[in-house]
Amino acid sequence: MHKEAAIREPLILGHKTYHDITEDVCRPIEDKAPKMWYILFGIALIIGVYGVGCIVYLLGTGVGVWGLNKTIGWAWDITNFVWWVGIGHAGTLISAVLLLFRQKWRMAINRSAEAMTIFAVFMAGLFPLIHMGRLWVGYWTLPLPNQFGSLWVNFNSPLLWDVFAISTYLSVSLIFWYIGLIPDFATIRDRAKKPISKKMYSILSFGWSGRAKHWNRFELVSLVLAGLATPLVFSVHSIVSFDFATSIIPGWHTTIFPPYFVAGAVFSGFAMVQTLMLIMRKAMGLEAYIHTKHVEYMNIVIMVTGSIVGTAYITELFISWYSGVEYESYAFINRATGPYWWAYWSMMTCNVISPQLMWFRKLRRSLLFTFFISIIVNIGMWFERYVIIVTSLHRDYLPSAWSMHYPSHIDIGIYVGTIGLFFVFFLLFARFFPVLALNEVKTILKSSGESYKNSPETEHAH
Amino acid sequence: MSDKVIFATYTDEEVLKDGAKKLVSKGIKINEVFSPFPIHGIDPIIGIKNTRLGIMAFLYGLTGLTLATVGMRFMMIVDWPMNIGGKPNFSYLENILSFIPITFEFTVLCAAHGMAITYLLRNKTLPGMPAQNPYPSTTDDRFVIEIRVSENGNYTSEDIQNLVKETGIEGFEEKEC
Repeated sequence: MHKEAAIREPLILGHKTYHDITEDVCRPIEDKAPKMWYILFGIALIIGVYGVGCIVYLLGTGVGVWGLNKTIGWAWDITNFVWWVGIGHAGTLISAVLLLFRQKWRMAINRSAEAMTIFAVFMAGLFPLIHMGRLWVGYWTLPLPNQFGSLWVNFNSPLLWDVFAISTYLSVSLIFWYIGLIPDFATIRDRAKKPISKKMYSILSFGWSGRAKHWNRFELVSLVLAGLATPLVFSVHSIVSFDFATSIIPGWHTTIFPPYFVAGAVFSGFAMVQTLMLIMRKAMGLEAYIHTKHVEYMNIVIMVTGSIVGTAYITELFISWYSGVEYESYAFINRATGPYWWAYWSMMTCNVISPQLMWFRKLRRSLLFTFFISIIVNIGMWFERYVIIVTSLHRDYLPSAWSMHYPSHIDIGIYVGTIGLFFVFFLLFARFFPVLALNEVKTILKSSGESYKNSPETEHAH
Repeated sequence: MSDKVIFATYTDEEVLKDGAKKLVSKGIKINEVFSPFPIHGIDPIIGIKNTRLGIMAFLYGLTGLTLATVGMRFMMIVDWPMNIGGKPNFSYLENILSFIPITFEFTVLCAAHGMAITYLLRNKTLPGMPAQNPYPSTTDDRFVIEIRVSENGNYTSEDIQNLVKETGIEGFEEKEC
């Protein structure tokens, strides 16, 4: 059996048994939903429906209802796209990369982080699709035999790479998540009393029985999927950054983009995980499984990736001057001192300064402070994309083409709407799905559970 | 043919493992173990070979790699070469850089999906399949050993019962099937 140093903080607090873990995770699903859930779900649904309304209006009228103009042809749409994809990076990083590194603390958060990833990528995928204006020809992005003189998609284009990257990422994350869910659905199925829920969970659990051979396969599939998903995590946001880096717009045309975007994505993804997890652990009574130590670990990831992002900002700034390309350096001077200075400095404050506060042990172990910073980071990362996209475009080479971007109410409606839809999905997940990988958590109970760690028997063994 | 199946329930996976070791050393064949989570180290004891799904994943990945290469070569080089700034468009190798991202993505896509589908088929876990665990509690906190009397010709069902009962079990049941 795996042994862990006694001085390590236990990952599962309290004196839990296997059955307690099942109870703690299944109870919120089996009980009636609290009033607060209905209130939150109602709010999220209204906002989401409003967003869908805006999308329908856009599709009926045309992309002209966005605040775009001929200089700024990309603005909130792609900002939101990159922001959501970035948020969608934490889940698979937690479940795949941390699995390869054998980080046991991932088990408490991987399920919901991965659900968050999937829903965030849904939201992200929406933006390029509606930006096509004609949603119904979205399948033209796929290399299908056709009647247009057999005109294929352009495999040289990073936008097409994105199609493949995002769809691969989404579908691989989905199966990774679902394969982990099957045994947990089986647990709920075997506990279910009402015939409808029994039927539902028995379909969802695919008839899982927990045979030794199945578990043997399960572990290998998880490992191999983790191995496959790990380069995916890094490739997806690298490819998203290629959308910009392979262009010749000053401010976009930089080789630092792929690592910088990946670090930023992990940074924002973990911030979103913190935001959701801090509320969820309270609302669902999972304080014993997701506690200060988990929050601290995640804060350390935020601190490290935040520092990488900060270094990238400063490198970018330095290189713009050092390159000697005046358009390049102007792009950056304009960011900091031009009409969008407020966006640039909000980004700098939120993303460079705030994660540095995590060096203080007291602060990174404070749940309230973490929650506050996680919101700040989410805002900062939205501004980062906005700064990169809009400020690089708005001052074109010809001053006669200079322009400003003002979002229309449809821009705002769709963005806010996706946040609503995201929470609709997440709240449904929290209501009907096991939010904790309960059967995985059981495997660490004996090595990292508080009662086992402090029991006289194990001390004797040391 | 009627057969008797013995189910022995344990409350701890370590006890089950020790029990299984004892039973196997007496020459009893353990047909199956049901558990709520993977018991590390049980497979060699009860004679389960490691899965070969990993090899399959590699082969699926290789398929994806080949498909992506052949497909992109056909579309971009053979069928409709694009003239982009007069750059060479007649050779796959000279254009390979821009094909790498999709080659990689498609390799991963095929490997992951192929393996997942094979996994579900091999396990016979598909939507709507009936559950086969002997007790509902085996997905909660109970660990069960299944022994088939017909597979242990040297022992009678009473012999097996007596041996099993010495291994720290919580419950015991014999079923006809």
